[in-house]
Amino acid sequence: MMHGRLARRLTGSVMTGLTYGAAALAILPLAVILGMLIVKGAGSIDLNFFIKSAAAPGEAGGGFSHAIVGTLIIVSLACVVGVPVGVATGIFLAEFGGGQFGFVVRFIADVLNGVPSIVIGIFAWTWLVRPMGHFSALAGGCALAIILVPILARTTEEMVRLVPNSLREAALALGYPRWRTSLVVVVRTAAAGIVTGCLVAIARVAGETAPLLFTALGNQFFSTRLKGAMAALPLQIYVYALGPYDEWHRQAWAGALVLIVLVLALSLVARSVVRAKRQHA
Amino acid sequence: MTDIPAAVLEPEAAPQLTAEERWRALKTVSPGDVVYRSVLTVLALILPLLLVLIAAELVANALPAASKFGLAFLTHSTWDPVSGEFGALPLIFGTLYSSVVALVIAVPLALACAIFLTEFAPRWLRTPVGTLIELLAAVPSVIYGLWGIFVLIPLLRDHLWRVGRHLLGWLPFFSGPFYGPSVLAAGVILSIMILPYIAAVSREVLLAVPPAQREAGLALGGTRWETVWRVILPYGRAGIIGAVILGLGRALGETMAVTMVIGNRHEVALSLLQPGYTIAAAIANEFSEAVSDMHLSALFLVGAVLFLITVVVNALARLLVWRVARGSAVGSTAV
Repeated sequence: MMHGRLARRLTGSVMTGLTYGAAALAILPLAVILGMLIVKGAGSIDLNFFIKSAAAPGEAGGGFSHAIVGTLIIVSLACVVGVPVGVATGIFLAEFGGGQFGFVVRFIADVLNGVPSIVIGIFAWTWLVRPMGHFSALAGGCALAIILVPILARTTEEMVRLVPNSLREAALALGYPRWRTSLVVVVRTAAAGIVTGCLVAIARVAGETAPLLFTALGNQFFSTRLKGAMAALPLQIYVYALGPYDEWHRQAWAGALVLIVLVLALSLVARSVVRAKRQHA
Repeated sequence: MTDIPAAVLEPEAAPQLTAEERWRALKTVSPGDVVYRSVLTVLALILPLLLVLIAAELVANALPAASKFGLAFLTHSTWDPVSGEFGALPLIFGTLYSSVVALVIAVPLALACAIFLTEFAPRWLRTPVGTLIELLAAVPSVIYGLWGIFVLIPLLRDHLWRVGRHLLGWLPFFSGPFYGPSVLAAGVILSIMILPYIAAVSREVLLAVPPAQREAGLALGGTRWETVWRVILPYGRAGIIGAVILGLGRALGETMAVTMVIGNRHEVALSLLQPGYTIAAAIANEFSEAVSDMHLSALFLVGAVLFLITVVVNALARLLVWRVARGSAVGSTAV
């Protein structure tokens, strides 16, 4: 009897210890990846990296300015197209999403969120690149927007739902019609949360490569033409990582460091705001 | 304010209104409400429309290949763009195989993380550790690929395999020479990438288990571990299976990191040390350089297969997770 009890306690302690180990093991890759990026990338980041565009293949020097600007432009395009649709869908789901149609939209948002980004890429190619006859930043932005909308819809819904009902009732009691209650009181109260949701979604799409492969295509030269092929950070990292030159590999690490700082900063800011909001609610 | 009849706001001014009529006046829907709701509904219709459009576009473009090769497309292994022969078996096999390897590694770890974060970790440790694990999901795919090429593959090939060969070399899964780019490397990278998703959703599921279950388990004399293993995990089973399937969906469609480390060879091989290929990787590599219309159509066809698999897998996962944490955004926002 005593042995049984001891064995049970021992099992408990061992398994508890194992979960500690698993958590440590799960964090390890993040630490290793960040460490490698800093070790291999930080040395190559200088002023030239931000103001020059790609050098001729195999030659030293050059920078990532065309890719950084390209990413900013393509992601902005994605926001212009995707944010209104995503936020509106989210508000719809929170305010009128109780019925069957709401269920279907919510379900489809989650399913679309799981569709591989490469499939979104070939869809954007058939809809925008093929009819237009050439690759374009515009098509890249739209492809990213398709990925952005379902994410944004669900975070917006969650944020709008966090608004306490008493606030809504107070506005209605003051004689506001429903639409003004929703827009002026509910959505404005949730605004900080919605902005945060946008940040999360932007962080997610800014690192996407696959949907840009057949839409924005990438470009070795500095370009701001929306109707032409445009470089983007993830694309440039991909090309340089697979290329044959050491110089390219060195710059790929540097580009990756810039990209991850951008993405992690966005998601960390967003996360802290969301956490504060949830605790508040 | 303007939409409410004056009689309602100042009942004294209109004494002829009965209480019942006043109620009715309050309930009227203003025209603004109708417009507001219609606009939102139309915008919300875009998502379902997109899903239908994507499916239709894939099917339409895949039709030439589908009608030429039929079901044999799924069971043949020749992929020869020059002679126009296409069979997707190696792609489908590679996609499933690398994902299964990823699940085998990631599921126990992710579950242990979720249990740690909800049951065993000291309170002050939960938020920081949870955030760090979730940040793994924020790292872009291409950075995992870069890291895979220059760090993980050399590590696996030059260090771990030197030791592992003596222990595992006799298994059919580890036969043949190991050059680096392989299904094993892809599986390891994928496991790191899907771990945060499985851990985050499982954590939400475990948090949704009513405290009474936990208390009952402890009150019956179970240790904390026994309560977790025999009460809490079985209670959240549906949700946890959903979390695992969600992770599977991510792994199946992952493109860049896999393309960079799997070796990209059209071949069915049981050995994890051999190069393989996945559907997503084949599209990424061949789509913009397709040599013929049939080649392009074959790529659309595998794309459609991938789309179908991921839609089914995700739908299943959502329904399972929703059963536990009803209608919440759990796991849908990429945590």
